[in-house]
Amino acid sequence: MIDRTSAPLIKDAIEFDLKLKPYQKMVLNNGVEVYAINAGEQELLQLEIVFYAGNSYEANKGVALATNFMLKNGTSTKTAFQINEHFEYYGAYCNRSCYNETAVLSLHTLNKHLNVLLPVMREIITDANFPESELDIFKQNSQQKLQVNLKKCDFVANRLIDAYLFGEDHPYGKYLSAENYQALSTDQLKAHFQQYYVNGRAVIFVAGKLPADLFEQLNQQFGDLTITKNGQSLTAQQLTPAVQKKQHISNDPNGVQAAIRIARPFPNRHHPDFMNVMVLNTLFGGFFGSRLMSNIREDKGYTYGIHSYVQNHIQESAWMISTEAGKEVSEATVTEVYKEMDLLRNTLIEEEELLLVRNYMIGSILGDLDGPFQIIGRWKNIILNDLDEKYFYDSIKVIKTISAEELKALAEKYLKPADFYELVVI
Amino acid sequence: MIQFEKFTLENGLRVVVHPDESTPMAVVNVIYDVGARDENPAKTGFAHLFEHLMFGGSINIPEYDEPLQMAGGENNAFTTNDLTNYYCQLPAENIETAFWLESDRMLSLAFDNKSLEVQRKVVCEEFKEHYINKPYGDVGHKMRELAYTTHPYQWMTIGKELKHVEDATLQDVKDFFYKHYTPINAILVVAGNITVEEVKVLANKWFGPIPSGTKYNRQLPIEPPQTAPRSKEVKANVPLDALFKSWHIYSRLDKRYYVTDLITEILSGGGSSRLYQSLVKEKQLFSNIDCSHYGSSDAGLLVIEGKLVKGVAMKDAEEALNIELNKLQNEGISELELQKVKNKTESMMAFEDMSVMNRASSLAIYELLGDADLINKELERYHAVTRDELMKESRVIFNENNCNTLYYYAAS
Repeated sequence: MIDRTSAPLIKDAIEFDLKLKPYQKMVLNNGVEVYAINAGEQELLQLEIVFYAGNSYEANKGVALATNFMLKNGTSTKTAFQINEHFEYYGAYCNRSCYNETAVLSLHTLNKHLNVLLPVMREIITDANFPESELDIFKQNSQQKLQVNLKKCDFVANRLIDAYLFGEDHPYGKYLSAENYQALSTDQLKAHFQQYYVNGRAVIFVAGKLPADLFEQLNQQFGDLTITKNGQSLTAQQLTPAVQKKQHISNDPNGVQAAIRIARPFPNRHHPDFMNVMVLNTLFGGFFGSRLMSNIREDKGYTYGIHSYVQNHIQESAWMISTEAGKEVSEATVTEVYKEMDLLRNTLIEEEELLLVRNYMIGSILGDLDGPFQIIGRWKNIILNDLDEKYFYDSIKVIKTISAEELKALAEKYLKPADFYELVVI
Repeated sequence: MIQFEKFTLENGLRVVVHPDESTPMAVVNVIYDVGARDENPAKTGFAHLFEHLMFGGSINIPEYDEPLQMAGGENNAFTTNDLTNYYCQLPAENIETAFWLESDRMLSLAFDNKSLEVQRKVVCEEFKEHYINKPYGDVGHKMRELAYTTHPYQWMTIGKELKHVEDATLQDVKDFFYKHYTPINAILVVAGNITVEEVKVLANKWFGPIPSGTKYNRQLPIEPPQTAPRSKEVKANVPLDALFKSWHIYSRLDKRYYVTDLITEILSGGGSSRLYQSLVKEKQLFSNIDCSHYGSSDAGLLVIEGKLVKGVAMKDAEEALNIELNKLQNEGISELELQKVKNKTESMMAFEDMSVMNRASSLAIYELLGDADLINKELERYHAVTRDELMKESRVIFNENNCNTLYYYAAS
């Protein structure tokens, strides 16, 4: 008979020697930097052209988003349909996404089709022409989508909590109304495109089983463009946080759940406390075995899930607790969140639990470094935040060595209920 | 080609091993041959609730998650109408922890009352979050009820109503466990940085001693062919009118499944697809439109759903959609369109296969369907689809007598 009551021996994950595979760096003729990870078994790749063209740069609300979205909606020689058909015919995905600082055009393709797809990527970022009719459709459909989303308590809560934290005029706090969409014009989009794409700054990330002539192909398609390399980032914008810290919003009289957001301002990755707080956050609400999940889901059953995280922002950030809980237990949920903060401030975490958090985090990073897209994702985060590989290795060291006393001190510093905004939307 | 080896333990547990030395991780995936279709119609949502209880402690181990996390692992599970799948990933050196945990909960659960009590609430909150407290959240339920008169696909995995979940008893949990959670009704897939020999030793050690259990013979009521169109009108507190249509299609192992899958791609697989181009871009009748299918083991549904542009009449939107479907039925598709959706399928599969976790769960699902090697045969089957078949099947599927329509109106 085997003994099923005691666990098999394990190698503590903290004994694992984690390595972040180094990138290869290439510089195109115009100075644009290309970061590449050559890994993986499948003959495919992911290419991201990251422009400094996100909503921090826009002159009017929604312009960055609309410009980014409409990159694929027509050039002087191709309609939106023809552009889409070209990528789709080759089984490729050409996507765009817009963030606070950056706006991305990405490509996922089998290597064998790369040479017929890159020229169209080039065409998009040099010659997109933003037809009036396409913008009209975008405006109409975005407003309809917004109408639907505004019925959802989680969507409403996500918008409002950011506005409370950063102010409605800050790039991280602003959100779009139907009127903002309605006010968009093709002239605004064209101006944004000229300044921040055609004559803008960009950096390229590529990962996969890279073809031998990749650099030549990239240089040929993008090396003569008027985009330049990534330079100075934005100067910090004025924060105008809300004065009132507690807000209750009634969004749907028939709502059966409350979206709860509890958040405080938090510095960016360059702050000495940042990576230490990553460990405290994991313990608090960053994984399934966290204090918040164990108490509020697994003990009380108030919610399907509760999480805490530090927002992925380059300048100012925020530490957020987020959940959707039953309407009748929403107050009890908020109370329990503060109780968990109190516990972390007042009681030292036991070594066994701390070891579990360390092992979980290291195992999770080990699993997350598996595959070219994940590796380049780590690098992208490091590079766009103006950090280097030391950040990765220091973080690992912190996970392996931070003490219970240090975690308690961090909780005393950051997990004070009075510092938090509290929002309940039903 | 995805390489794997298969063997069966004496107690009937099927084991599939997929070694991959390029990763430092290992994946242990256990699939049970039970889903929402196997539920009692008066106790729906149970297979999924049960999945939650599988994390509430087993006979010898009070906590599932903690030891796994201590070993640097992560896990999750999902329930569908057809099956229940559990998977965990951890550093390959610690793989025995996963064998220990998975085998103990196959041996027996702790059947803890508190766990049942809490997870009933958790699942009710999941139900509310996804299906009640959300505009159009009830569409999936309503469509299944309309399209299926007999087959248990008439309810969703979350269950027909909150009450079914709330009323689950510990006796229900025990009965369900002993009926379905046995080696003979399960498949174990181990993938990643391990060898077949290592897996043989570990599987025999941990799973070998578990009593085989009784093979569950599925005898589900068969859905009679639909002979007349069905429709239903709904008025709800939503901002936009929406149109939902569904048609009965084929089972997962039917050759025509692949044809159907490509039809959905032709209609709505991206910015150059037919419905998007015609109805969203050119005619501007819908603000979005999607076509998908259940992908279920038994005969599923092909579904088209779209929200109408404000001011558009339902009948105009429906008519325009029908025109597109008629075009497909009468004129078929071009060689270029066919090549496009085949290329897309090839590419999608290559991207999916990047993750060892995906490969492990695909192998488990294919083995449950009858043969893990289907994973290597799929692409060929898609490539074999012809334009004629596609036109022929579109006539069969989009026959009006096979159609179910949900007119979803915004209550003003």
